[in-house]
Amino acid sequence: MPVVEVRGLTKKYGKKTAISSLSFDVNEGEIFGFIGPDGAGKTTLFRILTTLLLPNEGKANVLGKDVVKDYKYLRKHLGYMPGRFSLYMDLTVEENLKFFASIFGATIEENYYLIKDIYSQIEPFKNRRAGNLSGGMKQKLALSCALIHKPLLLVLDEPTTGVDAVSRKEFWEMLKRLKEQGITIIVSTPYMDEAVLCDKIALIQNGSILDIDTPNDIVSKFKNKLFSIKTYNKYLAIKSLESYEYKNSVYPFGDSIHYSDKRDNTDNDVLIQFLQLCGINDCEVNVIDAGIEDVFMFLMKEKRHEQ
Amino acid sequence: MRTFANFILKEIYHITRDWRSLLVLICIPVIQLFLFGYAIRTELNEAEIGIIDRSKDYITQEITNKLISSGYFKLNAYVENEKQIEHLFKNGTVKEVIIFEPHFATKLEKEGKASVMLIADASNPNIATLVTSYTSSIIRTYQLELNSKSIKANTIIIPEVKMLFNPELKSVFMFVPGLIALILMLVSALMTSITITREKEMGSMEVLLVSPLKPQMIVIGKVVPYVVISFFNSMTVLALSILIFRIPFEGSFLLFTLESILFIITALSLGILISTIANSQLVAMIMSLGGLLMPSVLLSGFIYPVENMPLILQWLSYLIPAKWFLIILKGIMLKGLGIEHLWKETLILMGMAIFFLAVSTRKLKIRLE
Amino acid sequence: MNNNKKVIEVTNLTRKFGKFTAVDSISFDVYEGEIFGFLGANGAGKTTAIKMLIGLLAPTSGKATVAGCDVYKQSEQIKKSIGYMSQKFSLYEDLTIAENISFYAGIYGLTDGQISEKTDLLLKKLNLENSRNELIKSLPLGWKQKLAFSVAIIHGPSIVFLDEPTGGVDPITRRQFWNLIYEAADNKKTIFVTTHYMDEAEYCDRVSIMVDGKIEALDSPTNLKSKYDSYTMNDVFIQLARKNQVQG
Repeated sequence: MPVVEVRGLTKKYGKKTAISSLSFDVNEGEIFGFIGPDGAGKTTLFRILTTLLLPNEGKANVLGKDVVKDYKYLRKHLGYMPGRFSLYMDLTVEENLKFFASIFGATIEENYYLIKDIYSQIEPFKNRRAGNLSGGMKQKLALSCALIHKPLLLVLDEPTTGVDAVSRKEFWEMLKRLKEQGITIIVSTPYMDEAVLCDKIALIQNGSILDIDTPNDIVSKFKNKLFSIKTYNKYLAIKSLESYEYKNSVYPFGDSIHYSDKRDNTDNDVLIQFLQLCGINDCEVNVIDAGIEDVFMFLMKEKRHEQ
Repeated sequence: MRTFANFILKEIYHITRDWRSLLVLICIPVIQLFLFGYAIRTELNEAEIGIIDRSKDYITQEITNKLISSGYFKLNAYVENEKQIEHLFKNGTVKEVIIFEPHFATKLEKEGKASVMLIADASNPNIATLVTSYTSSIIRTYQLELNSKSIKANTIIIPEVKMLFNPELKSVFMFVPGLIALILMLVSALMTSITITREKEMGSMEVLLVSPLKPQMIVIGKVVPYVVISFFNSMTVLALSILIFRIPFEGSFLLFTLESILFIITALSLGILISTIANSQLVAMIMSLGGLLMPSVLLSGFIYPVENMPLILQWLSYLIPAKWFLIILKGIMLKGLGIEHLWKETLILMGMAIFFLAVSTRKLKIRLE
Repeated sequence: MNNNKKVIEVTNLTRKFGKFTAVDSISFDVYEGEIFGFLGANGAGKTTAIKMLIGLLAPTSGKATVAGCDVYKQSEQIKKSIGYMSQKFSLYEDLTIAENISFYAGIYGLTDGQISEKTDLLLKKLNLENSRNELIKSLPLGWKQKLAFSVAIIHGPSIVFLDEPTGGVDPITRRQFWNLIYEAADNKKTIFVTTHYMDEAEYCDRVSIMVDGKIEALDSPTNLKSKYDSYTMNDVFIQLARKNQVQG
């Protein structure tokens, strides 16, 4: 039985639809990622799963229980970390942990083994107030607090937003170790590059799921040939390619441009020639594999055409 | 229970960590007490008086001399008739007019008693009480002197005190019950609504809700420490006003305590009610100050007598818990009344407490919306 | 960009708070029309450095000129020649699009005539003509960001400071946003981007990486990646920060 089973879940705020008819399963022991920009509906979905909001339509079962009826059971067995780290900044590290243990009727001692790995990194600062910790340390403390009652499912809403790259990397390493201990984790993030760290991902945009699959299977769905173009004059190159009659998509992508063509048999030279005609002589063209972000944009565009 | 104790402990941490706010919370009542107290209780120093002497004999002359030489009074004028008194008061030239009845000395010698009338401008009730009590005591001292050396041992001079403009002397000492009501309202309602909305604003309410804690527990846990603080505050104010300002406390202390607890419960439920509506600390603060504190100050009779207000405001004032609490406190402290005289007000307050408590617990949400 | 006119010149700029050195003798130049990424972890000193550059904070020592103005003496002139946009706050949510535009334009002393002309131009460019009287809060995040950028350059500043401009925005809108930035840079505006989103950094011409108050690296993303043998700026950043952790 899946740990989370969602069918046709819809939530509206007045006239605005935050999530519309979502369906998905999360299996035991998975790290399941919801990847999407701000306002995609990730937080609304997570709040329904954690019994904080009632859906308008559809059904959601978590740990085999209904999120509406069995909220009392679920509240004992879920670990939830909301978007903003909900720590008490005027309490010390240890006081925060004690408090969150006590509201679940747990003690630090009985579940210490579960958080040892994470908490030991901030334990030297246990008498420091949470407000004086760095972003990365706050994140570790918040995770410890969400874990201290030994939850059966961990729900993490944008845990890596606003923390620096090093802390983000460490955080994902921690999640991986938690997964090895058998904890199922649902996590959301706006960072496309974190998608590959999940076992399964749902790309979410404007309240609907664009696609659900393993990261590998998702990128393999990108059927077009994708070119990476590097040039010193990016702006001119983008403008030129935008007006190219065969273009399918043109996007700046970091220090390069990702381009796909309507024709099936385009090769590098065709593009180099075209750009030379536009006055760009320094370009370097390569065929590359698509990433999650390419797929995301591809699916977004497809969805817009449908509508 | 251990969970609950831990919850309260956490709240105590919050309060003690923010020691500046705590200090303000504890000091403000005391500062207010001193402000009110000293603004009202000034020492008498050469208060100007007028005298209508219908007797003009040696005794009235001696009393007049005693009054002036005491240093407390200064003779402004001999007044011709009583019609001038109101005019003098309105000008603010004199604080008190003393009227000796005709044939003062003769009456005293023959009948053993004579009366003197003390008319004070009670638009400032505090000074009015002061001047009349000083005058009376000077006259009494003179009478004792007279008795000790005179032939007739039991002569009595009877001072008749009359307060002009404000015959019942409202507002003297009233500030203490008023202040206590205000403090209980301030700390219980304002602080409660702020502390709960802070959890919402910080986002920690989400985590508390996604835990086995019941919403009622969350609220009670947050509120208990503030109940203790506000109770402590009202006791400090009471003690200081009795010790320093010698304000009378005639009635039962037990009744005082029980009624205060009743009022605290009312104020807390109002605070909780506000916190269920407001989503930010700022909104909670504005709602508590504007919706609770201002009406409590203005319509409870604490500063302005309700009887002089337009009818609509008078009706509105019936809805203000502080008004009833003030009547009760005044009764207990100043008049020494017991529950047999105050049961009506107590019942009204109790009704309000139950009503607001019911509404606010009903409005507590188990979810975010 | 083939132009060597310096618009920001910083030499040994230092700021101390008591004993703590937030910015430790940094030096760099930014050229006209350049998109310059200013990166660093939380607390690395980024914010302090920028506050000095835009004239909100006086340096403890060192030299810096922005758009030819000295940061010590000419902070008022600096404010006139820069634009600023932050992800956290840019437009008033409870005002309409047109009201926001005229408010910001008004701050910079544009006349009523100029304001209405610029408003029309801007709305047309962003395809927002029909939404002129809609409240900002009713707009999707991506539109807000694009509008905010356009408003930030409405007074024709020569340098624009952007603080995490595209964090959390969907990938397509993000590209549209960068196209706006490229266009502005093509018009000889200098773009100064501060961010700790490393993928945002990849779009810049050159990036500097601040670690513990010092600039640890400064080069184009391509060169940095090859120097640190990494595929992404993220990995470059992690290497630099880790190196410092080990030393410290």
